[in-house]
Amino acid sequence: MNTDGRHGGVNVIEAHGLRKDFTVRVRKGLLRRERRDVAAVDGVDLAVQRGELLGYLGPNGAGKSTTLKMLTGVLHPSGGRVSVCGLTPVPQRILLARRIGVVFGQRSQLWWDLPLRDSYELLRHIYRVPAAEHAARLRRCRDLLELDPFLDTPVRQLSLGQRMRGELTAALLHGPEVLFLDEPTIGLDVVSKQAVRGFLAELGQTGDTTIVLTTHDLADIERLCRRIVVIDHGRVVHDGGIDALHARYGSQRRVTVDFDTAPAALPDLPGVHLEATTGPRLTFTLDNSASVGTLISTLTTLGSLRDLSVTEPEIEEVIARLYRSEGRAPSPRFP
Amino acid sequence: MGFVTATADRLTIRNFTETAGLFRTLGASGFRRFSTYRQATAAATATNTVFGFLRTYVMLAVAGSAAALGGQAAGYDAPQLITYVWVGQGLIGVVGMWGWTELADRIRSGDVVTDLLRPVHPVLGYLLPDLGRAAYALLTRFVVPIVVGALAFDMYLPRRPATYPLFAVSVLLAVLVCFAGRFLANAAGYWLLDTRGVLMGWALCAGVLGGLYFPIRFLPEWAATALYLGTPFPSLLQVPLDVLVERDPPIGQLGLLGLQALWAGVLFTACVVVQRRAERRLVVQGG
Repeated sequence: MNTDGRHGGVNVIEAHGLRKDFTVRVRKGLLRRERRDVAAVDGVDLAVQRGELLGYLGPNGAGKSTTLKMLTGVLHPSGGRVSVCGLTPVPQRILLARRIGVVFGQRSQLWWDLPLRDSYELLRHIYRVPAAEHAARLRRCRDLLELDPFLDTPVRQLSLGQRMRGELTAALLHGPEVLFLDEPTIGLDVVSKQAVRGFLAELGQTGDTTIVLTTHDLADIERLCRRIVVIDHGRVVHDGGIDALHARYGSQRRVTVDFDTAPAALPDLPGVHLEATTGPRLTFTLDNSASVGTLISTLTTLGSLRDLSVTEPEIEEVIARLYRSEGRAPSPRFP
Repeated sequence: MGFVTATADRLTIRNFTETAGLFRTLGASGFRRFSTYRQATAAATATNTVFGFLRTYVMLAVAGSAAALGGQAAGYDAPQLITYVWVGQGLIGVVGMWGWTELADRIRSGDVVTDLLRPVHPVLGYLLPDLGRAAYALLTRFVVPIVVGALAFDMYLPRRPATYPLFAVSVLLAVLVCFAGRFLANAAGYWLLDTRGVLMGWALCAGVLGGLYFPIRFLPEWAATALYLGTPFPSLLQVPLDVLVERDPPIGQLGLLGLQALWAGVLFTACVVVQRRAERRLVVQGG
């Protein structure tokens, strides 16, 4: 759990032993059905401080969206305690709704038949935002997300990228303390993804808004999140920085070096392993403890170098390894 | 301007003004949303008008037969039945008898989750736009059939001035009762995978038992009484039309309005209870 106090140590989101069980009916014959409880979220502990930008990851069916729905008051937890902005989400859902913003990448909160401008005006009244505040926030979103070209187009005619920019704006116009984003870049093209990421990065830097981001796009995570929580089979399997994740799952940097002629000897350094040799090209993998600098100095003594490249570990590889290692005991999953 | 200024609620005049603004804006949104579908409005109005002629000739035949026997058809004379038909054809769109599946669709797709994330009770969040929709229909689908009917036939005009405001109140109550009924039929989607049967059942009952196909008063008195007291359907069309054509004395008109108000109360209470139970068991599928 993150306790670095970077943002003043105020927990905006707290969950202890959060659980959600679903009942499934399994066919046990022609007519007979057996009821079985399956845990979609199985005792999640989470503390998120004000201003944090948290990446909430997990494979399909891990319980990410279910957690988000419990944090926003849409789903009743089956057990545990949860508090968001000091409120208990389900009984105080309407009060909480004014203080959080939510974007579900696969759902729309905009009015299909109305232009964005009208949707925003409606949201101003629904959230009871003073006109001046609303106008100022909308102006800022219009600039950052370049909404002007399609502000008067009915939502049904917007492209996915335009709609998602519209959705983000809609979620922010009432000045939420916490922004929940469930796969906000799903299905977006590269340019739209960059626009959304850039916007979130800027929003995250101000430190006013706490952001919880679930995504399968690890570029989102690398670009935006200092802290990631990985959930699998309803349980938290990692909570910390990306570096900690690399360290824990033995991520390896890779050094590829081209000699003029193949060297007669190889470096013998702790944590450095020769991965491949192709003529004068050698590829080494380095454990976390090994130093790239030491390896390069050693290599220069072995022969004349023509080229050299260092590849940082791919987060996708680490996450895939994490999912695989946690997924040894599969059980029925829920979205 | 920072992004964070959300505050808690206080009961103040400002709060009241904001609530009024919310009602006005959400209502206006329903008006605007439906006004974007002009071709659909024109097609529905034309259909209502054509069926007005068909129904008028059936009713005139009924009134003629009754007159030949020296009486009235269940207390209506021919001009009253003509008004009943044409105003009824106009009210179909205003009341919104059938065809509304927005909530059921949103439940099935899971989009209903965004309704729950707004600081407005979902029943109110659907009702206010529906009132805007009714207002739009009042200016379009209500007016055309009445004008056509008045030009083509000899319509009955209310003789008591008080009937007009009573009719207006009755139409408002009919809109409320119909909305609540549609909301409940749609909300079946929280429990059923497919709501088509329920929605068809609602449409059938609204038409047959609501007084659209024939005035309920044509039925034996015990059956009509049972329908009035035991079901909300006569409150949809039969009651406002009876109030308008002055089928009953003033005290009877007031009684009918009271019955409508009672059904509105019962159905809205049911909506709130059903919504609460639905939220309790809600499982939004599909991520």
